Amino acid sequence: MQRDVIAPLVIAALVALAPFAGQTDYFIHILVQILLWGFIYTAWSLMGRFGLVSLGHGAFMGIGAYVTVLLWNFFELTPWIGMPIAVAAAVALAAIVGWPCVRLRIVGHYFALVTLALTAVVALSIVGLRDITGGSLGLTPNREAAGTSIYAFQFASKTVFLYVALVLWLIGLFVWRAVDRGMGRYALQAISSDEDASASVGINVGVEKIRIILLSAGLTALGGAVFGQYQMYINPETVSGIGVSLQIVFAVVAGGMFVQLGPTVGAAFTLILAETLRILIGNEYHAADTTIYGLMLVLFIIFMPKGILGAVFAGLERAKAKAA
Amino acid sequence: MLEVRDLTKRFGGFTAVSGVSFDLAEGEILGLIGPNGSGKSTTFNCLSGLYLPTSGNVRFQGRDIAGWSSSRVCHAGIARTFQIPRPFKNLTILENVAVSAYYGRARSVSRREAFVHAEEALAMVRLPVDPTLGIGGLGAAGLKKLELARALATGPKLLLADESLGGLDESEMDQAADMLQAIRRDKGITIIWVEHIMGVLMRVVDRVMVLDHGEVIASGTPAEVAAHPKVIEVYLGSDPTARQHAQA
Ligand SMILES: Nc1ncnc2c1ncn2[C@@H]1O[C@H](COP(=O)(O)OP(=O)(O)O)[C@@H](O)[C@H]1O
Ligand SMILES: [Mg+2]
Repeated sequence: MQRDVIAPLVIAALVALAPFAGQTDYFIHILVQILLWGFIYTAWSLMGRFGLVSLGHGAFMGIGAYVTVLLWNFFELTPWIGMPIAVAAAVALAAIVGWPCVRLRIVGHYFALVTLALTAVVALSIVGLRDITGGSLGLTPNREAAGTSIYAFQFASKTVFLYVALVLWLIGLFVWRAVDRGMGRYALQAISSDEDASASVGINVGVEKIRIILLSAGLTALGGAVFGQYQMYINPETVSGIGVSLQIVFAVVAGGMFVQLGPTVGAAFTLILAETLRILIGNEYHAADTTIYGLMLVLFIIFMPKGILGAVFAGLERAKAKAA
Repeated sequence: MLEVRDLTKRFGGFTAVSGVSFDLAEGEILGLIGPNGSGKSTTFNCLSGLYLPTSGNVRFQGRDIAGWSSSRVCHAGIARTFQIPRPFKNLTILENVAVSAYYGRARSVSRREAFVHAEEALAMVRLPVDPTLGIGGLGAAGLKKLELARALATGPKLLLADESLGGLDESEMDQAADMLQAIRRDKGITIIWVEHIMGVLMRVVDRVMVLDHGEVIASGTPAEVAAHPKVIEVYLGSDPTARQHAQA
């Protein structure tokens, strides 16, 4: 078996054992966060690694979370149906915005800007439709009586969510692996290098690009939906908006977007960093953590463009080459 | 196999290709020559789907392909190289060619078969098949060969080769010319070969067509074209001493 199968399974087995090791709720909470964000970051990297730098993923995550909760609160539609609908909605929006970008060859900085605008529009819409969405005050899914209900996708126990998040995370990693090992990866790499030359060797540039965009957007929406159910509270700042979009990019850049576990490492790194800063600095200096984040992003881009895990692997390769 | 009628391409008010017509039979090698800026690459870009022709018809094996997308033209069996090599920088040499084999055949082959086709194409242009080699080590001649290998890997019936000799030295030019001959002989691929100089092209091609300012000014066998007064004028100017040289 290969590294990209063994490593996720070994990590998953260790995480699955955590509740039996008598871990605190806080520890489980951090693990769930790492897994859920790790999944979303992995979903982003599916396209980000091919130079499709999207700042629109805050929008897809927000749609995943909001559509699921709204369908539940207003129509009592179970999230088991609501989540697929939310994913479909995000995919549809990705198609509406993505297809013109693909056809008009909006790439690089311009692509980032268009997707940034998408995020802004979705976040503003959520705030604007405050009668329905609760605006910037956010939204809480209506509680099922007992607090735990499979039908309502609500679980009082964090441990249950740990396993939900774990399954989701594994799905993300195996999708990543499937893309990585398919011929489509070469096509997308070729496209990111030269669209005309790619088309000249028979690659349908538009189809290949839109496919990965839709896949990435759909998985991100799914992550957002599950995240909302876990938190039992969503607001435009935490599940959508430009802040989330930037957070995704930063974490992925930090962890490494070209290796399977890079986005997960990014999730672990940023969450642990944020928690540490929160404990060290406290909540008094409100923007201190964001400032440090921004600074570190710049440092990462300059000194570690492959991210933490990418740099580790590159270092191992060099050591191996030296030993041989 | 190819019929081009009145092919015209304008950029704004500037006509780069003007009413070009020609026929190409299966198995032929047609040389397309002309000074820099005479519209050779633009003609290729129109035939290969990169540019939408302003007007004119292009029939390939009975189908009207003018206005088709590049990828569709490629699937129909026309492959092209770029005058200035455009390799996929983030792929290895082998992957560059394998992705072409896979998508050029409209995904009708397996991944494994695509790599076999790629190795065959690399062998044909005499590039190493080592899967670890990136394109970083390729010089001008190597990149030209990679262009050819990528085009060949798509399994074309017609190859459009744009200035395969550019930047090559004498012996590399001979090698490239032999390569194009071998491609026709061994694979039965029809070729249109563009150069801005006559040189070795003249000993390989069956027929030559000369473009100047986007128009066909002469066409025929290499010997006929080399002796054509208009061609002599375009290539050597009206300078009388140069003319004497050409006639000598
Ligand atoms: N995309 C373009 N836009 C504007 N002008 C172009 C474009 N492509 C080519 N041209 C012009 O068309 C003319 C023919 O160019 P080209 O076909 O590349 O010549 P050749 O390949 O024979 O050297 C040149 O004058 C060139 O500047
Ligand atoms: Mg040219």
